[in-house]
Amino acid sequence: MSQATQETVREDGVIQSVSGPVVTARDLDARMNDVVYVGDEGLMGEVIEIEGDLTTIQVYEETSGVGPGEPVENTGEPLTVDLGPGLLDTIYDGVQRPLDVLESKMNSAFLDRGVDAPGIEMDKKWEFVPEVEVGDAVEPGDVVGVVEETVTIDHKVMVPPNFEGGEVASVEEGAFTVTETVVELDNGEEITMHQEWPVREARPSADKKTPRTPLVSGQRILDGLFPIAKGGTAAIPGPFGSGKTVTQHQLAKYADADIIVYVGCGERGNEMTEVIEDFPELEDPTTGNPLMARTSLIANTSNMPVAARESCIYTGITIAEFYRDMGYDVALMADSTSRWAEAMREISSRLEEMPGEEGYPAYLAARLSEFYERAGYYVNINGTEGSVSAIGAVSPPGGDFSEPVTQNTLRIVKTFWALDADLAERRHFPAINWNESYSLYKDQLDPWFIENVADDWAEERQWAVDVLDEEDELQEIVQLVGKDALPEDQQLTLDVARYLREAYLQQNAFHDVDTYCPPEKTYLILTAIHTYHDEAFRALDAGVPVEEVTAIDAAPRINRIGVQENYEEYVAELKEEITEQLRELY
Amino acid sequence: MKEYQTITEISGPLVFAEVDEPIGYDEIVEIETPNGETKRGQILESSEGLVAIQVFEGTTGIDKNASVRFVGETLKMPVTEDLLGRVLDGSGQPIDGGPEIVPEERHDIVGAAINPVSREYPEEFIQTGVSVIDGMNTLVRGQKLPIFSGSGLPHNELALQIARQATVPEEAAEGDEGGSEFAVIFGAMGITAEEANEFMEDFERTGALERSVVFMNLADDPAVERTVTPRMALTTAEYLAFEKDYHVLVILTDMTNYCEALREIGAAREEVPGRRGYPGYMYTDLAQLYERAGRIEGREGSVTQIPILTMPGDDDTHPIPDLTGYITEGQIYVDRGLNSQGIQPPINPLPSLSRLMDDGIGEGLTREDHADVSDQMYAAYAEGEDLRDLVNIVGREALSERDNKYLDFADRFETEFVDQGFDTNRSIEETLDIGWELLSMFPKAELNRVDEEFIERYYVESEAEAEEEAVEAQA
Repeated sequence: MSQATQETVREDGVIQSVSGPVVTARDLDARMNDVVYVGDEGLMGEVIEIEGDLTTIQVYEETSGVGPGEPVENTGEPLTVDLGPGLLDTIYDGVQRPLDVLESKMNSAFLDRGVDAPGIEMDKKWEFVPEVEVGDAVEPGDVVGVVEETVTIDHKVMVPPNFEGGEVASVEEGAFTVTETVVELDNGEEITMHQEWPVREARPSADKKTPRTPLVSGQRILDGLFPIAKGGTAAIPGPFGSGKTVTQHQLAKYADADIIVYVGCGERGNEMTEVIEDFPELEDPTTGNPLMARTSLIANTSNMPVAARESCIYTGITIAEFYRDMGYDVALMADSTSRWAEAMREISSRLEEMPGEEGYPAYLAARLSEFYERAGYYVNINGTEGSVSAIGAVSPPGGDFSEPVTQNTLRIVKTFWALDADLAERRHFPAINWNESYSLYKDQLDPWFIENVADDWAEERQWAVDVLDEEDELQEIVQLVGKDALPEDQQLTLDVARYLREAYLQQNAFHDVDTYCPPEKTYLILTAIHTYHDEAFRALDAGVPVEEVTAIDAAPRINRIGVQENYEEYVAELKEEITEQLRELY
Repeated sequence: MKEYQTITEISGPLVFAEVDEPIGYDEIVEIETPNGETKRGQILESSEGLVAIQVFEGTTGIDKNASVRFVGETLKMPVTEDLLGRVLDGSGQPIDGGPEIVPEERHDIVGAAINPVSREYPEEFIQTGVSVIDGMNTLVRGQKLPIFSGSGLPHNELALQIARQATVPEEAAEGDEGGSEFAVIFGAMGITAEEANEFMEDFERTGALERSVVFMNLADDPAVERTVTPRMALTTAEYLAFEKDYHVLVILTDMTNYCEALREIGAAREEVPGRRGYPGYMYTDLAQLYERAGRIEGREGSVTQIPILTMPGDDDTHPIPDLTGYITEGQIYVDRGLNSQGIQPPINPLPSLSRLMDDGIGEGLTREDHADVSDQMYAAYAEGEDLRDLVNIVGREALSERDNKYLDFADRFETEFVDQGFDTNRSIEETLDIGWELLSMFPKAELNRVDEEFIERYYVESEAEAEEEAVEAQA
């Protein structure tokens, strides 16, 4: 979290009452959303209501032992984040305090309170390479130099959007800390590598465009059937145990974005630890560098203070926007937006606001759409193009999608990956229900897939969807009369659909090879099943009984394509063998 | 310490009193009733001149003349290694007639959150000796794995079986017991005296009591005290685990009673209720308990939690199991259908799940084929279960040979794999071998989730087939 700067500190107040994370203060002269320090220990909080002489504050830390009469100090600034080199390869809490710094400052494995730390290291020196010369005219957002932030990412130092801009008066080169001036303008503005930005305000941009490139995730069902665009929005709702978090982790690991911002909002501590331990060791599939080199983590686990849970989503998206401004494609995963909504509900009920649906505040829909609208494919104010894709997990109570958070999310997002408890129970993973899910980006992304993967990408996909639809209808009959009562061609369709489910839709996230499936492989698996389908029906038409057709021993090998490293060769051979074996039958 | 006789309102478990000094939020209050009884409570809301107090032992007997004392600190649990072998009431007072507890330290019962950076990812397999858990829903050290049960089901027997049998195989083999001993913390909330006796008798019979700390809040104890009991238990657990290097297994039963108590307090405070009348902050509140499981980097010990809850009406979409499932790392379902078939323990593996399983099993941890065997059994049992519905309609004869195999598998799976009795302790090898025996009912090609290499190594050739092959070979 950003430290209070030199701005005038307004008048301080005293605590009037304390009830959990909600504190009211008397005589505090503050604006809405100002950050304040509460009590003798200086707990961080934010002003959320002003009424006459009384100011209501939501406190980001535990308030046990805090009582009336203790002081409240105003910083006079809204909740901001520190932006600059050092954001990547770091893990923060919900108000951008680096957790490793907190660990050493508190000297304990447990989170103490009243300890603050800047979001980026203020005294670390970075090698600044200027990209402007004295006399160049620069405008807000323009890049004045670069810093190698991690092995993967060049951090671009920009003129802050709230500067006026002008002619460059002096430029430095060499090692500097983020607070030292590297470029000075003729109007006296000094540019450092450090910027601050209020989290609840979107960073400015020039234009928003229709996204036309896919965010390739390496997950067959996502890339193949329900793709999301770079700059798109997606929701993953599902009951517990259906694999929301694994899906989010897979996306964070394998999505072809430049930067990943992963927000663990009110989720499990051990899950965040898994990310912290795994990501530095995993390879980024596009560059081969450690995954952490492109990742910024925000971990506000379910037992950390509820008010910081409310803010962590904003902290995350602001960091994402900052890298978007540099021209990068950023993917933000929020796990889970339901916890965020519940945090709003909890604070709203402590404020005794009139509740809306199921106790959620009436502004729930507005907050959700505000958040997802900050995603998109943008033309930045410096002319570059960048994107923020937002993927939010939703945890509906009882797995019931008709609840307010799911419904309000679905009204905004364009990709819907519905997780299904039934599929999860039979260990069909990812447990994404192919009948309920959808992607509205399909048509605008097809040209990319056709150009980069295969000419008949769209037709093959449609074929798969048709077979799965037919299976869905047939299953209803099977439930009544059994499979053997169906005509032979329908039995064969069911067999083909089974391969689609087992070899194409299912993917083992814990298998070294299968965990990442490039679009080419996704496509080839589909064509292998299609070959089986065509040849099998030809055999059936030639009078071969369906039992013999489905009994060929090459067919089950379709299920093993996923785990093959040399899949091209394997698929080619397999197709030949399937054809051969089936033609032998007649 | 200043005394006040300024109570203005008493409502359910809440007492409101006027004060002329600032009182800290969450601090402890002692209220002395006119007949000399002392009750303890906690500050729920503190404002200038007025405080709201939540009384743990119930407000019976308190009147406006009762005197109120503010202790000036939040609720603390006196902790010491000597607590092992002791039985305490729901708010931490000894009730076993033993000597007074001399605390080594006093810890705040509202535990601070473990910094995610300081955590160590749990991946040490705990062998519970129960096949369905070890084989298909593996428990690891530092995990929180609740038992979802219903009224009248043998969840207590299961919990006791786990407490009795849980070991970490490699350590047992090495005989390395010096650094990290095993301890059980038992937190009972609102259970009946009879249930409590069952637990105590089993603890005494097996000698488990001397490595246990028991917290007893019984059904007729004040409900509000229940909100403190698990915190006391977990504070003790953290102390033993992270300062005294014990591997602590915490059993909390019954979380449903705990949540009822939360609702009661919420209603008395006239809060805006959430789903089914439970407070909106119940997720946060439960998380503050469950998240206290885990391991910390550089410390020997661990806290593993097995909370037990009875689902009202066996409905897992009820807020209590629902919110629990979203926080814990999986769940074990005790199933009414299996129970009535006499299967012990009646665990239904299909809805059960252990999220930390994948990292705790495999080569070097359990056995190389563990994950594949588990996956294949899941898929096969799920298919068999589906077919059972169909059999009811069309009969067995109408089904193909393949389908009949799956039906047989489902039956044998229940009777041979799941039904082992509450007193049988199976090693992980035994569990997996039984698994292979069952899977070998299917032809090899049907085992599409198992690596070919493992099929070669572990597949049990049936005698008939083996003979056939031998004949073929001779020919």
